[in-house]
Amino acid sequence: MILTATFLSAFAGAALILLLPERHAPLARWIALATALAGLGFAKAAFFFFDNAAGAPDFQYLTKIPWVPSLGISFSTGADGISLVLLVLTGIIAVTGVLFSWNVTHRPRAFFAFYLIIIGGVYGVFQSFDLFLLFVFYEIVIIPKYFLIAAWGSTNREYGAMKLTIYSVAGSALVLLALIATYAASGAHSFDLFALADPSKAHFAPSFQAWAFPVMFIGFAVLAGIWPFHTWAPTGHVAAPTAVSMLLAGVVMKLGSYAALRVAMTLFPQGLDQWRIVIAVLATAGIVFGALVALAQKDLKFTVGYSSIAHMGFVLLGLMTLNLAGLSGSVLQMFSHGIIGGLLFAVVGRMIYDRTHTRDIAALGKMALARELPFATLTFTVASVASMGLPGFSGFIAEFRILSGSWESLPWLLIPACIGVVITVAFTLRALQRAFFPSVTPAAGDHPFEPITLPEKLGGVLLMAATLFIGLFPSVILDPILRSFQSPLMKHLIR
Amino acid sequence: MTSLLQSLMSESILVVTALLVLGLGVSLPKARPLITAITILGGFVAAAALLLFPLDGNFLHGMVVLDPLARIFKLVILGLTLVAVVLASESFPVNHFAESLALILFGTIGMMLLVGTEDLLMIFIALELTSIPLYILAAFDKESRSSAEAGLKYFLIGSISAAFLLYGLSLIYGVTGSTNLPEIARLSGAPDPLLIAGIVLTLAGFAFKVAAVPFQLWAPDVYEGAPTAAAALIASGSKVAGIFILAKLLTSGLGHWAGAAGWEQFLPGWAPVLALMSAASIMLGNITALAQSNVKRLLAYSAIAHGGYLLLGLCSATTDSLTAVLFYVVIYALTTAGAFGVVAIVEKQRGGSRLDDFNGLAKSSPVLALCLLVFFISLAGIPPLAGFFGKLYLFTSALANGQHLWLVIVAVAMNAVSLYYYLIVLKHAFVLIGPEDVRPANAPASQVLVAFLALAVLALGLAPNLLLTPLSKDKTTKVAALTTDHLP
Repeated sequence: MILTATFLSAFAGAALILLLPERHAPLARWIALATALAGLGFAKAAFFFFDNAAGAPDFQYLTKIPWVPSLGISFSTGADGISLVLLVLTGIIAVTGVLFSWNVTHRPRAFFAFYLIIIGGVYGVFQSFDLFLLFVFYEIVIIPKYFLIAAWGSTNREYGAMKLTIYSVAGSALVLLALIATYAASGAHSFDLFALADPSKAHFAPSFQAWAFPVMFIGFAVLAGIWPFHTWAPTGHVAAPTAVSMLLAGVVMKLGSYAALRVAMTLFPQGLDQWRIVIAVLATAGIVFGALVALAQKDLKFTVGYSSIAHMGFVLLGLMTLNLAGLSGSVLQMFSHGIIGGLLFAVVGRMIYDRTHTRDIAALGKMALARELPFATLTFTVASVASMGLPGFSGFIAEFRILSGSWESLPWLLIPACIGVVITVAFTLRALQRAFFPSVTPAAGDHPFEPITLPEKLGGVLLMAATLFIGLFPSVILDPILRSFQSPLMKHLIR
Repeated sequence: MTSLLQSLMSESILVVTALLVLGLGVSLPKARPLITAITILGGFVAAAALLLFPLDGNFLHGMVVLDPLARIFKLVILGLTLVAVVLASESFPVNHFAESLALILFGTIGMMLLVGTEDLLMIFIALELTSIPLYILAAFDKESRSSAEAGLKYFLIGSISAAFLLYGLSLIYGVTGSTNLPEIARLSGAPDPLLIAGIVLTLAGFAFKVAAVPFQLWAPDVYEGAPTAAAALIASGSKVAGIFILAKLLTSGLGHWAGAAGWEQFLPGWAPVLALMSAASIMLGNITALAQSNVKRLLAYSAIAHGGYLLLGLCSATTDSLTAVLFYVVIYALTTAGAFGVVAIVEKQRGGSRLDDFNGLAKSSPVLALCLLVFFISLAGIPPLAGFFGKLYLFTSALANGQHLWLVIVAVAMNAVSLYYYLIVLKHAFVLIGPEDVRPANAPASQVLVAFLALAVLALGLAPNLLLTPLSKDKTTKVAALTTDHLP
């Protein structure tokens, strides 16, 4: 119940905001904040009360209510360590996203209602164990994303919104096709993930897995920004308003990687073996090309956007290692990049762009940002350091585990992946230095910027604290993740 | 004789209502509210008669056949008629208002007879009774050139297709020696070439009714030119009745001659014909819709595509897939009727149904825009709305016998394409800025009805069992009666 409360509260908040009379429209952000805080509270409580004892069940908080019995559809939710980590991430991003959109005054009711619907959908995906339910939540996210970008976005927003939506829908179509085929082929007459993954109830012929696995995996991975289907991400992230960039980079891309792990990889082990190398190569290509393209950007937000592709490449590479270090590192990287990506977009979109009205790195270099906006500079520096994977921040432990995992099972991919790490350092330092610490310190700006507001500071501190905390005490979330890979559903992934 | 009257009680009530309305139109032509009220009252009494005096059985040698499933569909058709009447009452031209409502009622009687028969002759008569009032309604706006064009086109192509149908039915009768569907089904054996010809001609006639390629050409012009209330009835009620009787004809009459439509495993029969029409309709409808700038025209291409999805389900002819088809056609009819309702109100506010007329709808009438969102997202098959569950069920059941994967791939891919044009309309409503001086729509009843339909679409998406259970509760008397499962 505490688990379902996460998305129920989000949808209730959205409904409440829609019912708000016009004259009380400014209240929308308060309702959104309260809802997001409640969701974070529920997620953290679920995380805290999860029974980690040795004999405790692998999946807890299970709810199962028949929904459409004639098709074997049920409302089935629950959580293991992986779900809980991502639920907490969603809560953190939801709260900080509201804080960073405190200045939205254009049609605030619609903005926050759409925002909360996305949050609710994301919470739902991370806890669904019925494939129909999971897909419902997965698709709920699509339409609000479009409107938030097209109506509240910035550069080239209608194009960016439509491109992002078309990619999402194309990915969903692949998933839907694989889902229907899976249901029909299983003979289990059920959409329940546990039943479908149980060889005694459902059996998938190798020839079926050989095509169903790539269709479903790539379908999900489009949303995770897998190369070469990643181009929606930078365009969409740049066009989106700050809170939506944070959501997209922070949690929506994780929907893809999470579902690919939870559904495609668990259901089709033989298909996974056949396609593993191909996907690992695509993931590594994403790391290298994402980083290289980020290096060439003139626009600060595009730099951050392409860095997301590189970081998500690590997530997918970690999934393909099929050993404990790589898989757990992959989930850790989902959390870590969620926080760091969210933080980077918050600084660039809200703290900088809303004040300077430019994202051009060279132009920003002339504005003496380090002196004029010290808090923004501090936040961006911390985020950059975390993004480069320096020890002490969450990115280090995640990428380290992924790389050590791939050393064990895919050693020949380690070299390009490490080159990707180096380029990541290069583009991050380049952006940081040119935009914030140019070699020639410019004279005092002729137009003072509005100071950083309290909500922005709160949001920035929350995200920085999260990445630092996990960097220093990774076992807090690593232990539940490691444990999750021992469950009957997931353990056969470790070869 | 009494039982025959009983079996046709609701239809008789509608006939009386229609005559009464016609009489009122002559004596009190200005009393629009009264005329509307009597029409609606007649519809409710007819529905009540269906619910209070349920009668199952076979009358006049299969001319009138009543079962719980037919009753559900008669109720659905009455509901869709209510939508058309309410929309007409607030948007139809002043002249000959009563006649327009009477025509809607006559068309409804045709549709209700159509779902309650198992006889080829009666099928043809009921189809004509449905079509002729609709031809007139399409041309009802006498001042509009495009309405006249719509009526003429609909009439010409409709009559040609009726000729096809009649020829096909007569060939079927000639080969089998019976006009009664169960009796036709008793004859089995290798298909006679003449019978195949008859089946194909019959399918051509029905393809016109559901606007399937290659008999779709009338749809865009009629949907665009006809008065919106008439278009709503053409798009919803007549489609429900057409799909229902087509399903019945193919399965309980011609079930032996289905053939097969698996990829590279085609066998002669009606299934491959349907499969090809389905694939072509899905592709042509969805792709052509991308280029439309008028929302009614866009809905017409969307209707062609949806006709294709429905035919896809009919290809399989298992209990599950027929339940899915019937479920989906009801959902589709509710959704599209609602979408036409929104269009009718917008037309009233802004004087047109071009994409630009929808600009800023979210600001000028937020509830209406929200309803539009619900209908279009449901048509695009996005959860949690009913259209999603309908499509998922349809595609899943079509795959169940493992043959139609190629069709499902086409359908899923094209369904992804369809989101683009629905989103374009929604973009105009939600993102673009509209004119400042929009008069509020003076159509309270239509607005309430549209909001109700939107809620229904949402509710059926969250709880599909509300409709699914009645459709499949009692397998022996309901959908199973239609399917080929029980045939040897």
